Amino acid sequence: MNSIIIDDEATARAIIGQLCSNVPSLNVLGEFPNAMQAIKYLNSNEVDLIFLDIHMPDFTGFDFIDTIKNPPKIILTTSDPNFAIQAFGYDCIVDYLVKPITPERFQKAIKKAEVIKSVAVPKVDSSKVETSSGSDLYVNIDRRLIKIDIPSIYLVEAKGDYIYVKTENKNYTVHSTLKKIEDRLPDSLFLKIHRSFIINIDKIIDIEDNSVLIKKDVIPVSRSNRPELIKRLNLL
Amino acid sequence: MMEQPNLSYIQGVSCGDKTFEHKLIGIIKNEFPIEKQVYIANITCLNYKLSADIVHKLKHKISILGLVKSYEIAICYEHNLLEKSIEGREDFESILQRITEFLETI
Repeated sequence: MNSIIIDDEATARAIIGQLCSNVPSLNVLGEFPNAMQAIKYLNSNEVDLIFLDIHMPDFTGFDFIDTIKNPPKIILTTSDPNFAIQAFGYDCIVDYLVKPITPERFQKAIKKAEVIKSVAVPKVDSSKVETSSGSDLYVNIDRRLIKIDIPSIYLVEAKGDYIYVKTENKNYTVHSTLKKIEDRLPDSLFLKIHRSFIINIDKIIDIEDNSVLIKKDVIPVSRSNRPELIKRLNLL
Repeated sequence: MMEQPNLSYIQGVSCGDKTFEHKLIGIIKNEFPIEKQVYIANITCLNYKLSADIVHKLKHKISILGLVKSYEIAICYEHNLLEKSIEGREDFESILQRITEFLETI
């Protein structure tokens, strides 16, 4: 299998390169410190397998997969195990290696890649939170894209692999992350006040010590987020 | 007793390939001080996001140098930085110091 390695760390590229050198069926055609250089390479070269780091500056591994047409087989390499669920949303991802990668685990991943013959384009990530216009947010629930009016959202709560989106009229359980929805909500209206909660500042009823009353929900405010919350209030 | 950096992982990956071991140690010796400086610059001005990003990179080197418990400390510290807290800073910086001293010996 012709392969390439994409990782912003030279250390990681060297280790993956060494692990590849012990597999006769693998032929490493190139190593790239960022996704953009790899995309340029792929525009004129075909590969069977990509070792792809997720956590890279500017352009993440997932951004890379979303960008290329008909991606080849991909083995994700990351120090962060928290992206595994997101990775399962892509047919092209054959395995997920958490650094530091051991030779045994690497061999297992290569066997998987060799077994999987058919590779499809990435399917829609069920956890994806889509945006359209400035005031709407589309969430994917049971294969339906449901429109939510952003200003009507008063609370978002992280619950394991899901987020719970509460609005004036209805509540939604979405397979996504707090980080992802935080990126899609306007900073002017929303604030993360705790590792598990984002609130709509306009909907606050009152604040007492380390909690906020919003509608009928009492939400904790973490010590580190409290100064930012206070700063955002029109205090008399 | 605090765990000490070691070359066990590198030797496991190298399968006896000394050329690779020297190459990888050379890369770590080159990258680590730069990343450490970037970390110090960012944490000094309390740039939490950029500090967390560089801690993320440094923690890979921590794991490569066989520091299992220190790796866990780095994970917590990275998480804290993302939450705009510097809890764990002292422990993390002590790990960096231990690595700095170790790299001078190899």
